[in-house]
Amino acid sequence: MSNPHRLKIALVGKPNAGKSSLFNRLTGLNQKIGNFPGITVDKRTGFCHLDESTSAEVIDLPGIYSLYPRTLDEKIVVEILTDKKGEYFPDRIAVIADATNLKNCLLLLTQLIDLGLPVVLALNMMDLAAKSGLSLDVKKLSKQLDVPVVMINARQGLGMEDFKKQLLLATKPSQRKVFQPLNGVTKALEEIQNHFHLSTSYEAFQYLQQPENLLFLTPDDRTFIKGVAKEQNFFPHKYQGAETIHRYGFIQSVLDAVIIKSAGQEWKGVSNRLDKILTHKFWGYFIFFVVLFLIFQSVFALAQIPMDAIDRGFADLSTFLNKRLPDGPLFELISSGIVPGIGGIIIFIPQIAILFAFISILEETGYMSRVVFLMDKIMRRVGMSGRSVVPLMSGLACAIPAIMATRTIDNWKDRLITIFVTPLMSCSARLPVFTILVALIVPHQRVLGLISLQGIALMGLYLLGFIGAMFSALLMKAIVKTTERSYLIMEMPTYRVPKWSNVGLTILEKTKTFVLQAGKIIIAVSIILWVLASYGPKEVMDQSRGTVRAETQNLNLTEAEFENRVAAYKLEHSYAGTIGKWMEPVIRPLGFDWKIGIALVTSFAAREVFVSTIATIYSLGSTDDHATIMDRLKDEIDPETGGPRFTPAVGFSLLVFYTFAMQCMSTLAVVKRETKGWKWPLLQLVYMTGLAYTSALIVYQILS
Amino acid sequence: MKPGESAVISGFTDEQLSVKLLEMGFLPGTVVRFNFSAPFGDPVCVNISGIDLSLRLDEASTISILD
Repeated sequence: MSNPHRLKIALVGKPNAGKSSLFNRLTGLNQKIGNFPGITVDKRTGFCHLDESTSAEVIDLPGIYSLYPRTLDEKIVVEILTDKKGEYFPDRIAVIADATNLKNCLLLLTQLIDLGLPVVLALNMMDLAAKSGLSLDVKKLSKQLDVPVVMINARQGLGMEDFKKQLLLATKPSQRKVFQPLNGVTKALEEIQNHFHLSTSYEAFQYLQQPENLLFLTPDDRTFIKGVAKEQNFFPHKYQGAETIHRYGFIQSVLDAVIIKSAGQEWKGVSNRLDKILTHKFWGYFIFFVVLFLIFQSVFALAQIPMDAIDRGFADLSTFLNKRLPDGPLFELISSGIVPGIGGIIIFIPQIAILFAFISILEETGYMSRVVFLMDKIMRRVGMSGRSVVPLMSGLACAIPAIMATRTIDNWKDRLITIFVTPLMSCSARLPVFTILVALIVPHQRVLGLISLQGIALMGLYLLGFIGAMFSALLMKAIVKTTERSYLIMEMPTYRVPKWSNVGLTILEKTKTFVLQAGKIIIAVSIILWVLASYGPKEVMDQSRGTVRAETQNLNLTEAEFENRVAAYKLEHSYAGTIGKWMEPVIRPLGFDWKIGIALVTSFAAREVFVSTIATIYSLGSTDDHATIMDRLKDEIDPETGGPRFTPAVGFSLLVFYTFAMQCMSTLAVVKRETKGWKWPLLQLVYMTGLAYTSALIVYQILS
Repeated sequence: MKPGESAVISGFTDEQLSVKLLEMGFLPGTVVRFNFSAPFGDPVCVNISGIDLSLRLDEASTISILD
């Protein structure tokens, strides 16, 4: 697989130092997102040429401040950099430093120097540094650290040639030793260094400090290390603190020597003034809600155009294939099972792309950390943290990327609660169900000539989902116990204009992840459900035509109407239909009949399937036209009462059910992956279904 | 401390948390400036050697300052 002549380069640095910009600059579109084996941290790799004969594999590692990790994302960095035999162990490490904030960035660099790794220091954001009045002797800095130093501007692509050249040349590690572990541990370090054949004592120090975080160590290795630690009375926290203080002392002396003129704070004036407004008691929240509203509007209004086109395109393709392909179960599977299945995934791309465009812009500008700052206190009341805001917001488009976005939450309990409640936020797949049912039961009227009643109902449903999420979070907060501490020590970056190519690449990356992660499951399950809905006991199915013909003899049906009746008859007697009928006693108290039962079954993989199932079962053929479906549903008579089948009670009950029910296989699969087991997804399924059932029951019983 | 005030860090009351705080630049002897607090008084935004950071109140309260 990997070419021996290809250099492996790892990009490391603290968050917001411009690592991603540099990575994008180096690799362009030549990058791919994967997963590190066994854990759920995104692996971003790409290729670039350092010179004509040397190509390099670049790996963009999550942002870290030091080698002592707190979050899952940070752990992987430490693991890669300390596992010299590992697949990803780099030949060169590029430390990207924010030149406006050097002190903080050099901490990690000094640790890497002590590990004996070949490092290149890239001073990024030199333009901002110049603006701040900072002036430093780069040559001297390079000499003091014994590390090549290059000045770059990743956003504008300045200094890239020099950077690549230095990467090629940087073959040997810095000869400096910044930190010598204190006297008390030398014996322990020697023992570990000899046992594992390590080249530096600082590496041994890392083993001693955090064997739990170095996942490549075997249980035996860990037992050995712990044995040594116990023998020598070793307490990690004390040593970590002392180490950091020592390193900062070194950094300060280096900086004192190389800085000719230090930076002022005046250039941050605009940013500080912006903060006065954006984190203001009233305006802060007001602006945040305006931003939310804008995102919300765009996700739904703007995405509608491409979504309609995709919808039509796939429906046409399916019909076309149906007509052109020869008869037979395999071809039918393609035209009616697989093609609509793929369509069902593609249709969400516009919304997901737009949502992530916004999230990426918010992150690029630095506003996102203000949102975290504003919301932290409120979110903590319900057991989450300020960092849960982004996943919850993403949940409005799709729970899958949202749950993947929870990885930035360092505390396991906060993260678990966020994962657990995110699917309650009304995602875009619920929208088709909502739209049709709301249009059916809420009159198309305006209050005060302006506000549409249907609009209010729709908003109410989103609000209901949100309240459900908050309530469940409170519940979880009381149940889940943890001893792990939650932190919110976070940098508030200076506001900046977003870099559009970064936004574009984020959209691409997130959309790809969604298609690949959710796509596989949606297709698989839609095939299974297609089989359930198209097949039934052979005899009944074979005779369906004759039976329907006999039943409808006196009705003078056109050919198309007859075919639709056959389709409805087949669905009724298919396995899915049988399950729907078998479910009827259970869902009766909610006001649902077996027809709705079938739709509940078929929409188990993906909620939006509800609409097309309803269309088929009411003999409308494979139409997606809302007006047609609505007219038909309005005319449907309840055989028991003689009144309309879809009364407001039934409609609201169904709406509430869909607001709370899990009904999404892909979400379950992602939760399983993120929580590493079936326990949480199953609990989530049971809980959400239970909540949906109970709420729908209450709604129906009160309204009817 | 009130918004706008500055003080010198003298130490930490929580060893576990101090490791993280030290990494972020909260070194004893450094000046920390209280920029502003979030609308409900928590978290707070402080400036330490030119960097703006946010902290929860209970995190900030583990940092002792010289009077």
